[in-house]
Amino acid sequence: MSRLLPLALLAALVALPLALGPSPYLLNALIVTGILTIGALSLNLLLGFTGQLSLGHIAFFGIGAYVSALTSLGFEVDLGFGYRIVHEPWPAAVGFGLATLAAGACGWLIGRLSFRVRGAYFVIVTISFAEVVRLVALNWVELTQGPLALTGIPAITLGLPGIGTWTLRTKLQNYYLVLAVGTLCWLVVARLVGSRFGRAMRGLKENESLALSVGINATRTLTVAAVISAAMAGAAGSLYAHYLRIIDPDVFAFTTTVSMVIMVVAGGKGTLMGPVVGGLIFGLLPVALRPVMAPEAQWIVYGLVLIVILFVMPRGIVPGLADLVRRRPARPAPVLEPSPVVQR
Amino acid sequence: MSPILSVDHAGVRFGGLVAIADLHFDVQPGEIVSLIGPNGAGKTTAFNVMTGFLKPSQGEVRFRGTSLKGLQPHEITRLGLARTFQRTSVFADDTVFDNVMIGLHRQGGRMSRAPLLDALLGRAGASERALRERAAALIDWVGLSARAQERAGALAYGEQRLVGVALALATEPAMLLLDEPVSGMNASETRVFVRLIRQIRERGITVLLVEHDMPMVMEVSDRIVVLNYGRLIAEGPPAAIRSDPAVIEAYLGQGSAARRAAAEAQGCEAQGSVSEAAHA
Repeated sequence: MSRLLPLALLAALVALPLALGPSPYLLNALIVTGILTIGALSLNLLLGFTGQLSLGHIAFFGIGAYVSALTSLGFEVDLGFGYRIVHEPWPAAVGFGLATLAAGACGWLIGRLSFRVRGAYFVIVTISFAEVVRLVALNWVELTQGPLALTGIPAITLGLPGIGTWTLRTKLQNYYLVLAVGTLCWLVVARLVGSRFGRAMRGLKENESLALSVGINATRTLTVAAVISAAMAGAAGSLYAHYLRIIDPDVFAFTTTVSMVIMVVAGGKGTLMGPVVGGLIFGLLPVALRPVMAPEAQWIVYGLVLIVILFVMPRGIVPGLADLVRRRPARPAPVLEPSPVVQR
Repeated sequence: MSPILSVDHAGVRFGGLVAIADLHFDVQPGEIVSLIGPNGAGKTTAFNVMTGFLKPSQGEVRFRGTSLKGLQPHEITRLGLARTFQRTSVFADDTVFDNVMIGLHRQGGRMSRAPLLDALLGRAGASERALRERAAALIDWVGLSARAQERAGALAYGEQRLVGVALALATEPAMLLLDEPVSGMNASETRVFVRLIRQIRERGITVLLVEHDMPMVMEVSDRIVVLNYGRLIAEGPPAAIRSDPAVIEAYLGQGSAARRAAAEAQGCEAQGSVSEAAHA
């Protein structure tokens, strides 16, 4: 794919709010879509490039949201045995950093636990992990307020000593913050995929035995991928918390993971632009449909669009369009197998 | 001279089935050794034990004096023992060039202390360029330059084997294990491959191969190790192996007499069932 396309898309996204004018509704939709797209980008690193499906990806997102919120709100927890933890509020930007680190640490833990056995086991471990974390957020009321939600989360304040500070309260500011973080995440994925590490991931996905035989350490490679992926999801969660300023255990909803998977698969897993294209389409589709049909019908159309995309372009939109541009049949050339007579 | 590879009384059993039993032989540096035997004799199992894909139930394998016990396949590769595979020898969805780039995973001058950070900051440029040159040189060496930008899975079978060899050589091995490298190749492809094996040895790489193609084995090997029913039945230079009665019986006398003889020689019920399985 051309190097210019991502740049053109970035320029369009930078200019978009100017074209839309001051429409809080559209800006809100764009911000939430952008945050989910960062989640999809991070999921693509695992699903697309290592082939491991994390169906509990929302756990990293939610952990990022809660860590960031609690860091900037402060909390007081009784651990029993007379121990109490009292945390004074820290700046929201610190919360963002801690959210990224905490989610990354959870990614390491999950990777260590589950990459010795892969495939279906990884899927199950990630789903279970997300459910456990959700139940903790729901029931550890002293820390998380449970279903009462954490409210009054401060907006992120950016600033350099001596230059000045900006508190990102408006939707427009948050839009550009999400765009900046998203661009950074995209660049990280792009750099990783083009590096030695990216080749190791691809090798493991395509032919694990052969990858091992050329000296690629499977457990280490997959764990590093899980850490980076989880850290990005945590960063997205932190943005979410500081944008909405309120979070409750519903941030751990399984359906959000499903949305991210749809964005990645429909856009084209294992491609750099796939999750971005899929994220924008499926994030903004409800917005586009809202003026013309009832909510129930919207979801039917949403499903139909997904089916049509995957029917016409089974590998996703981006690889499908790339094939069209090259004017080549999408079908890969047949793999030549040895004739059975000669083989044995 | 001390052997580069010693298989020291290694045995593998899957449940009651003995795949290899008390296998014991050495390979000297610079040799081309072939491991042969009828179907089901345990040749590929022996390969998998040597490269860490299977754990031996008894005995061990030593490479350059280091025991391979408990080592993962990628760790064994890093010690300098590389292998190719019988069937899937390439990363099918990548180009030949990218295949070899993946194979160069552990190469590229001195490894940076923080390769991930270098990648993120775009500091890996110089070492990437060096890797690309090495990949191109390796592809040229196995004679696939014209195919470098083609999808490896779309290549002819013989060419895929060459990609497999390039991948293994990319790890800079001291010894290379080739698993049935010429099966499925025609006579002229086989001749080219024999020349390649000799050139690999000239690079200072010891070669151990498993192969069914007897004329090819007789031509290329310095020494041959013969397995039957998981046991070593003969070992020696090609001329001696050709006239060894045990080998002739293993290959030609697969009638009931040979089966009975093998069962008696093993004298164990569990192993008797192996021979049944092997003939099934």
